[in-house]
Amino acid sequence: MTNTKNTSNNTTAAYEDQAVKGKASSAEAIFGNIAKPMFSRGGNKSPLKTALTALLLVFLFALPIYLQGMGEALLLAALVGIGLYVILALGLNIVVGYAGMLDFGRMAFYAVGTYAAIILAIPLANLLGDSLEGLVFPLVMVAAGLIAAFVGWLLSLPVMRLRGDYLAIVTLGFGEIVRITIQNNPFGLTNGLLGLPDRGNVLASPPFFDWLRDNVYWALGNDFFFTMTRNVYWYYMVLIMLIVAIIVVRNQDNSRLGRSWAAMREDEVAASAMGVNVTKAKTWAFVLGAFWGGIAGACFGFFLGGISPEPFSFLNSVIVLAIVVIGGMGSIPGVLVGGVLIMGFPELVRWFAMNHLGQAGGDIQSMVANFRNLFLGLLMVVMMAVRTEGIIPMKPKFHKLFGKGKSDKGDHTDAVVGAAPKGGAGS
Amino acid sequence: MNKVVAEHQGYLMQATNATIQFGGLRAVDSVNMNIEAGTIVALIGPNGAGKTTFFNLLTGIYTPTEGEILFEGRSVSGKKTHVIADWGISRTFQNIRLFKEMTVLENVMVGRHVRTKSGFFGATFRTPSFRREEKQIQEDAERWLEFVGLIEYANDLASNLPYGAQRRLEIARALATEPKLICLDEPAAGMNESESADLDDLILRIRDELNITVFLIEHDMKVVMNLAEYIYVLDFGKLIAEGLPAEIQSNPAVIEAYLGQDMEAAIKAKRRALLEARGEIAPETTPKPEAAAKDPVMMDSDGVVMVATEDNKEKNDAA
Repeated sequence: MTNTKNTSNNTTAAYEDQAVKGKASSAEAIFGNIAKPMFSRGGNKSPLKTALTALLLVFLFALPIYLQGMGEALLLAALVGIGLYVILALGLNIVVGYAGMLDFGRMAFYAVGTYAAIILAIPLANLLGDSLEGLVFPLVMVAAGLIAAFVGWLLSLPVMRLRGDYLAIVTLGFGEIVRITIQNNPFGLTNGLLGLPDRGNVLASPPFFDWLRDNVYWALGNDFFFTMTRNVYWYYMVLIMLIVAIIVVRNQDNSRLGRSWAAMREDEVAASAMGVNVTKAKTWAFVLGAFWGGIAGACFGFFLGGISPEPFSFLNSVIVLAIVVIGGMGSIPGVLVGGVLIMGFPELVRWFAMNHLGQAGGDIQSMVANFRNLFLGLLMVVMMAVRTEGIIPMKPKFHKLFGKGKSDKGDHTDAVVGAAPKGGAGS
Repeated sequence: MNKVVAEHQGYLMQATNATIQFGGLRAVDSVNMNIEAGTIVALIGPNGAGKTTFFNLLTGIYTPTEGEILFEGRSVSGKKTHVIADWGISRTFQNIRLFKEMTVLENVMVGRHVRTKSGFFGATFRTPSFRREEKQIQEDAERWLEFVGLIEYANDLASNLPYGAQRRLEIARALATEPKLICLDEPAAGMNESESADLDDLILRIRDELNITVFLIEHDMKVVMNLAEYIYVLDFGKLIAEGLPAEIQSNPAVIEAYLGQDMEAAIKAKRRALLEARGEIAPETTPKPEAAAKDPVMMDSDGVVMVATEDNKEKNDAA
């Protein structure tokens, strides 16, 4: 007994010590802390990882300058598409990877976001006038995210009691319902198959775009000429939104909320017995996952300058799901790699065929378009056979302990009976 | 239907006529049970007697079809499991239900869920109060791991722990919810002799140091007799006996439930043989029943019956 008491005293002292240190570090700027987990998780800071992340960021920010300079506009547009799908997949990752619910209807939220942004943009542009035109896109993007989140909440109500296959079927149906509803022009909002915006309307120019287009350009020799085109602008916009999404999603994962998702995914009964409100956790997963669908949708709509219902097909929902599953459920690096692989590979082949293969290029291009789904299916089969956990699997969250190392190890193994359980039959 | 409005009599947990019916089966049948705060109470009975079902009623996984279970005077009927966890009932599971792909520490941190409150906003923007709470959660979780002796394993996956340690982790996770009543569902199952002795110790510390009432289902009679201050016995959903350990050990209904009628005769014969050997009674001329030779009944020199259930036998065989 006395031994135990000693230990707890020791550890209490250790905690107090830690608390003092904690105070000193809490002086850090809040924003520094928001972005912190992106580079280090649970205090496991590895300089190599930080360096690689920084290198990757530099590469990603420099890439469009090179591509645009060399006149590869189409590849740049393809990269925007990849980025949007990665944002979508990050949202889906909350639902599928963290919370463990199968969702085949991701396009529903993408569509809602796109349409909400475009429908709201025109009256808002009129309201704000020309001088505030730049505010239209950020405002409608946030609105689109919130509306998609609201739709996610609506969907969460009926599916609360469903799991696995049943949930997959309902979400699949929901995705199709949204697309078909949009096609049928409800209340004259969506303009059916003709799409939006209606004739005569043009979407407001996104913030600083006009100025950037007119003022940012430079030439190097004869072959390199850079201007801030629409593609370059949207590349950066999507890249920034992607980084924001990664930080936010990661923060949410590394929190009490994220733990409740993980617990629910692992064992719903045990989670609720430990006091996790499973209904609430599921609702949050749907809402926060849908939010990114709305954000990506708004970017998509403004990037294209208009929208019709075709891109929101069931197949595309499956592709987003494939990004998450093949990349690694619950793993952000996995989703990034999965997105680049699944969305990027066909685009890359297509671009290569078009630009560098001359006459044969056209044939190869159509072949790639036709065989893309075959490739996807094959990849899925191979992955399920050899590496079910994905390319970069989810990692357990390691924590740097406050107490360990400070408390005398010998003392505490003494106090705590059977600290190292032996054998235990393992059955 | 026939809702009994039970009167709260100051017990921590009080089941009045608690019943649950699955189709034609009354898995728990009109059970009356009281648990006083600060005690260690055991619920025993043969396999399929409805013990775990009773735990499930108590923790809100099932709702009683009849009768009522009060916890601190509040009815648990129809309450969600997480609400009951918030009231202060926590549990472990018979077939270990850890969050397997989470670390040991994270498992316990989930247990802190019910006593903490940060939500979406704090998580997204990592507000100072969020970070303070998160740190507190981890510190508390570490403290619970130290309490059960698993701090060395903090960053291991829960599924990689040895079996006995997994059971301890379940207890740590349950303790992290700061319960008033902890329900342990066969905590010693699958443990060897020394592990279950350590477990006895841990359970006593839970009651003595933390002042948490312990309600346990256990097949290991040694653990039960060592720990329990009061015992309830279920058979086919019905409460067939209750009392102090000594009373339960010699209760014919209990022995019969565990061993069947023939075994009861075997025990009588054995007790008789013991007394004969001591010379307290005169030897009997009638031949002893044959069952006595190979029966699963063990009796120590004090005449205390050690009951071998299916589970115990398997375990003993394995050991």
